[in-house]
Amino acid sequence: MMLALRPLIGAAAALAFLAACIASLSGDWAGFFSRESAARMLEFVRGFWPPAMEGAFLLKVGSASLETLAISLVGTLFAAVGGLALALPAAGRWGALPRTLSRLLLNCLRAIPELVWAALAVIAAGLGPFAGTLALAVHTTGVLGRLFAEALENVPPEPVESLRRNGAGAVAAFWYATFPQVLPQLTSYSLYRWEINIRAAAILGVVGAGGLGQMLHFHLSLFHVQETASVLAAMVVLVGLVDALSNRLRTRMTA
Amino acid sequence: MHLSAKPHALRDPAWHGRLTAAVIFVVLLGPAFYLTEFNPATLWGEASLRATRRFMETFVPPAHSLEFLALVAQATWKTVAIATVGTTLAMLIAFPLALAATRTLSVSQLATGRMAPVAAIIRTAVRWVLIGLRSVPEIVWAMLFVRAVGLGDTAGVVAIGITYGGMLGKIYIEILESGDTRPAQALLENGAGRLQAFWYGVWPVSLPELTSYTIYRWECAIRASVVMGFVGAGGLGQQMELSMKMLAGGEVLTMLLVFVGLVWIADQVSAMLRKALA
Repeated sequence: MMLALRPLIGAAAALAFLAACIASLSGDWAGFFSRESAARMLEFVRGFWPPAMEGAFLLKVGSASLETLAISLVGTLFAAVGGLALALPAAGRWGALPRTLSRLLLNCLRAIPELVWAALAVIAAGLGPFAGTLALAVHTTGVLGRLFAEALENVPPEPVESLRRNGAGAVAAFWYATFPQVLPQLTSYSLYRWEINIRAAAILGVVGAGGLGQMLHFHLSLFHVQETASVLAAMVVLVGLVDALSNRLRTRMTA
Repeated sequence: MHLSAKPHALRDPAWHGRLTAAVIFVVLLGPAFYLTEFNPATLWGEASLRATRRFMETFVPPAHSLEFLALVAQATWKTVAIATVGTTLAMLIAFPLALAATRTLSVSQLATGRMAPVAAIIRTAVRWVLIGLRSVPEIVWAMLFVRAVGLGDTAGVVAIGITYGGMLGKIYIEILESGDTRPAQALLENGAGRLQAFWYGVWPVSLPELTSYTIYRWECAIRASVVMGFVGAGGLGQQMELSMKMLAGGEVLTMLLVFVGLVWIADQVSAMLRKALA
């Protein structure tokens, strides 16, 4: 009897929570789904076609796409380097205190989303792609650092020990025994993160951090709907291409 | 020359590969650095240093007036509400689509080993719809809705509903197809309708996994709804954006702390619920 009741109580609690949530939204649902706003929406969407296709504009979209790609690449690269640097203490190599401190730092970096970092970076580095790169690098360092630390903790210790016993220094032992062992995992984590970061890099611009997002924000704010459509299309295509490429690389590496 | 002059035992056996990798890296990344206007010196430029310092100085102490805390609490609850209602909407979008697209419930496949052409076309079309929904990030949907129908919570809810609907749909299909399909097949073979086969054959098998993934997505939606606030879709993010624009560091710090706490709580709740389901 009790067993049968528990799921019911759970479902009732979930529904009550949902009802409280709906009640507290000021959202004008009737307004959102009204015929008037549907008509406005339809008009808005109809403006999307045809997308802007002038040569000069397409060139700008192309260079913004490259900028987004570059932000994601450089951001991920710095995150991989920074992540490895923080993963060493986080894997407990230099004792308990550095381990706790570096884990705390990694958690903080990771907890704050890229876009919030970007809004902060714009204050420090000014508008433009450099702020976006910094934001991606900082957040992704937190993510990769934790994953790298786990990889380092799980590495079999025998090769390192054998090098150390034969007189290799700690640094040499790391580069020739530990690093090659974890490298495939590190690379595949970084590639996976790159796929996520290209999406992030595409939208970071809405707070002024460069790339396609900045163009999107600009044209959408001025209600240049056709230009918006082209930028959106470029985003979808870019993300699709990177997904395909990264998938290829990963299957080739694991095969 | 230098390398080959070393005794053989000290030469790096892998230097060839390392050098090639390094060259490829530099060639690929050079232009990327140029494009990102990578220049750490700007961080130490006088103007930006002054702005950063002014902003940082206001960080401590975090804003803690009762009035402001009440405002933050309200914004936080709104963020949770947007995420929850948005995820529910996503579920309502994803579930019927996943049901239509899953191969487990194909009657023609069961009878002939191949899906009937019309059914195959419908299933593929639904999958494309799901891809379309999720290929535009939720923050872009939010921007579009804010522009088209005005500021506010509803834009955030519908944005989460659309993008997460696409994501949930994809995973729902995978879950429905990866579970034990024999009960459903047996039911279909014995003349049960598709819905009957679903309720009695598929649903009981996949329910825990479906719920657990949906709860995980709810957790992601909370983060997403904070971020969407930056483009005007309500909640904690919108407050944060306002405070950043005014360079009110103390308020930003308070909200960052609240945000980190909120994500932590959502994480704990989600883990607890999923454990209870397993």
